Amino acid sequence: MQLPDAELLLKNLVKEIQPDVASKHFALIGIHTGGVWLAERLHQELAITLPLGALDVSFYRDDFDKIGLHSQVKPSEIPFEVEGAHILLVDDVLYTGRTIRAAINELFDYGRPASVSLATLVDRGGRELPIAAQYIGETLKLPTDKMLELRCDDHGKLSLNLYHKSLSE
Amino acid sequence: MINRNPQLDAHGVLQHLLTTEGLPASILLQILDTAESFVGVTERDVKKIPLLRGKSIFNLFFEPSTRTRTTFEIAAKRLSADVFNLNIAVSAQSKGETLLDTVNNLSAMNADMFVVRHAQSGAAHLIAKHVRSEIHVINAGDGSHAHPTQALLDMFTIRRYKHDFHNLRVAIIGDILHSRVARSQIHALTTLGVPEVRVIAPKTLLPKMVERLGVQVYHDMAKGLKDIDVLMMLRLQNERMQGANLPSPEEYFKYYGLTPEKLSLARRDAIVMHPGPMNRGVEIDSAVADGKQSVILPQVTFGIAVRMAVMSILAGNQV
Amino acid sequence: MKIHIKNGRLIDPKNGIDAVRDVFIAKGKIIAIGMPPDEFQASRIIDAQSFIVCPGLVDLSVRLREPGLEYKATLESEMGAAVAGGVTSFACPPDTDPPLDEPGLVEMLKHRAKNLNQAHVYPIGALTQGLRGERLTEMAELNDAGCIVFGQPDGLLPNLRVLMQAMRYASTFDFSVWLRPQEISLTNDGVAHDGEVATRLGLPTVPVCAETVALSNIILLTKETGVRVHLCRISSAEGLAMIRAAKQQGLPMTCDVTINHIHLSDMDIGFFDSNCHLMPPLRSSGDRDALRNGLLDGTIDAICSDHAPVDEDAKLLPFGLSEIGATGVELLLPLTLKWGMEMRLPMLKVLAKITSDPAEILGIDAGHLSVGSAADICIFDPEHYWKVTSSAILSQGKNTPFLGMELPGGIKYTLVNGHIVYER
Repeated sequence: MQLPDAELLLKNLVKEIQPDVASKHFALIGIHTGGVWLAERLHQELAITLPLGALDVSFYRDDFDKIGLHSQVKPSEIPFEVEGAHILLVDDVLYTGRTIRAAINELFDYGRPASVSLATLVDRGGRELPIAAQYIGETLKLPTDKMLELRCDDHGKLSLNLYHKSLSE
Repeated sequence: MINRNPQLDAHGVLQHLLTTEGLPASILLQILDTAESFVGVTERDVKKIPLLRGKSIFNLFFEPSTRTRTTFEIAAKRLSADVFNLNIAVSAQSKGETLLDTVNNLSAMNADMFVVRHAQSGAAHLIAKHVRSEIHVINAGDGSHAHPTQALLDMFTIRRYKHDFHNLRVAIIGDILHSRVARSQIHALTTLGVPEVRVIAPKTLLPKMVERLGVQVYHDMAKGLKDIDVLMMLRLQNERMQGANLPSPEEYFKYYGLTPEKLSLARRDAIVMHPGPMNRGVEIDSAVADGKQSVILPQVTFGIAVRMAVMSILAGNQV
Repeated sequence: MKIHIKNGRLIDPKNGIDAVRDVFIAKGKIIAIGMPPDEFQASRIIDAQSFIVCPGLVDLSVRLREPGLEYKATLESEMGAAVAGGVTSFACPPDTDPPLDEPGLVEMLKHRAKNLNQAHVYPIGALTQGLRGERLTEMAELNDAGCIVFGQPDGLLPNLRVLMQAMRYASTFDFSVWLRPQEISLTNDGVAHDGEVATRLGLPTVPVCAETVALSNIILLTKETGVRVHLCRISSAEGLAMIRAAKQQGLPMTCDVTINHIHLSDMDIGFFDSNCHLMPPLRSSGDRDALRNGLLDGTIDAICSDHAPVDEDAKLLPFGLSEIGATGVELLLPLTLKWGMEMRLPMLKVLAKITSDPAEILGIDAGHLSVGSAADICIFDPEHYWKVTSSAILSQGKNTPFLGMELPGGIKYTLVNGHIVYER
């Protein structure tokens, strides 16, 4: 199938978020790994002044018993005060909602934010938890045996990639 | 008969941490990298993460050590595991229950992990060999054999301050003969690519053929400390300070104790480490222990993160 | 019972025979070799085609764990293991509980062993009371009770004055003294050879000099006292060189080595295998090779099993806390054959180390197949390989570093005094 152009979706997303930036003073947090690339671009294009945060949710995942610890855990970095902030979580693909659950759990261990919103490039449905994104690049219906991920080339250009579940990333 | 490394399963995945010897650099580095993430966690207001929620970790201390046991306990609690401390030195063993009886009883209580400290070399290996396959064993010190988590936190500290292992000269100073810490440090350093590891001690405190472990042997601090980047001091046990091993703590301090004068023989930016608890005025002068080249306190902090990393990697490596 | 052993390859090191010969037995003795005596009517014919017929093996160290340590093994279990290993005579060390230091204990042991009607048991009398190294035992009385040699096993050598006097006293009666050379003050709590393996594993060590210092004392005291000395369980190349020199000087000394030390080195400890917790410790591969060659050139006179059955619980401990010793009486022949094959030696020379030579050291009329002598015979299949497993071993102790290995030499029949005491 023909996947949409990630750069185009990014433009849509920027347009969606733009009207709320002034009122909410968003603090951006990307979720490793695709979400961080996306958050970096949004941070730039939306001209956010607060520094960018990054979360690696490995320690908060609920499938630890099944798959163990990810072999390359990155440190989480939240270089601003979470207490009372309007947080905008950024992830590349929203699917079951479990990653976002883990991210919100971790986030609350840093403090109590005033609000948490979610921005995602692609919402592919298939939710297993009551989680929704406020800002969506595009909604796609994809077969359940396919995985969708964001890639970033050497020049920082974003693209989407679809592969079979049985193949490793 | 040469057996497979008992720490790894058939696919080379870490099942127990018993010694740093024979582990590939990739596994040591994975532990250090994971520990970096945990340092972030330990610096937050909420220092606890839910990773090992519902897991039972038993601290089996056949040899009392409040200090080491506490660091494992803190690490386990920060990972949300349930921790049980058993001071077996004074309970079951005196009732004639064997080591393996104790282990079997605890296994039956659905333990997920054992942290073992024992005065005999090989005790952790023995337990790892006989526990049910889903239980992971961490060696928290066995006799004079190994103390891998201490060595790993030392490696973590070195990497924090020196960034790269490949251009370092490291000296380990003191009672190498009886030290499990020294053995684990030597294996970790050589595996991680440190090109020159020295041991400095009088001949009574060096094991036979220690150079076969990949170290250079020095008996003189002035020669041994020249061009050194990292000084790893060892604790001298009280009972070894006088008798057939050494004449007196005073003489030892004079010739092998780390004073500011001796430290000045090493590189100007050298760091000083010690696994604790220190004998001030025996192996190390207070002016050095509390001086600006000392990284002894950060070692303690990093110790928690490294033990969290070991526990979470092992718990995640299911058979 | 009259027995005719036919078609077997008869190997008798003492008489220098290696040929296909029939053996004829009556009234417990060998009455003819080669041609049958007149009017011989066998009540049992053993077909030994493709088997080797040799003197019953003589083992210089088998622990029965009686009296006192029956939870490890019993007289019955270990006597059964001995004949299953083709051993028809053996010396048993005095390190029982209580030690064999009183005539009554020795008589009891001899009596119990005799009733079992299996191998001949030769208790080694304690050299000092309670093996404490302070006071001499009543050696002459013990000799009357059945001790033909006296020893101080497991390296517990008395102080030099007591040792010298014990050697003098023994020489008065022409008893030989059996000593394992190990200086206790250099042993401490050591459990492994002082080398790279112990350094890696952090195990306390027994240096080679513990053996050589003791040897040096024993050699000088042998010169001083003139007693016949048998040196038990040599472990090092350096010790071996000292014994070679002493023998060349004409000192009345013999020595033995264990089946473990001629095949294994400290490397075999691997990851703390407590079955390799032996004393003297397994030393370097260089030492092992020297011992193998020492047997060849005759510096070492005999191979023994140093049989030490240990209960499982006592081995399921960290290396240093585990009990010393390995079961071995059933491995004496297989491991001796293995040494001989690896050294490419003639069978005659190989079997001498476990038949005629140890019999001579012990001073007993055994270990040979002469007409008129007791019919103590071992018949084995040299081509049969078997796997060492806990079920294959009859001894109550299953502790051996050779578990899981395939070894040559299957015992088919063991005869003691003309009785078939083991067959399979």
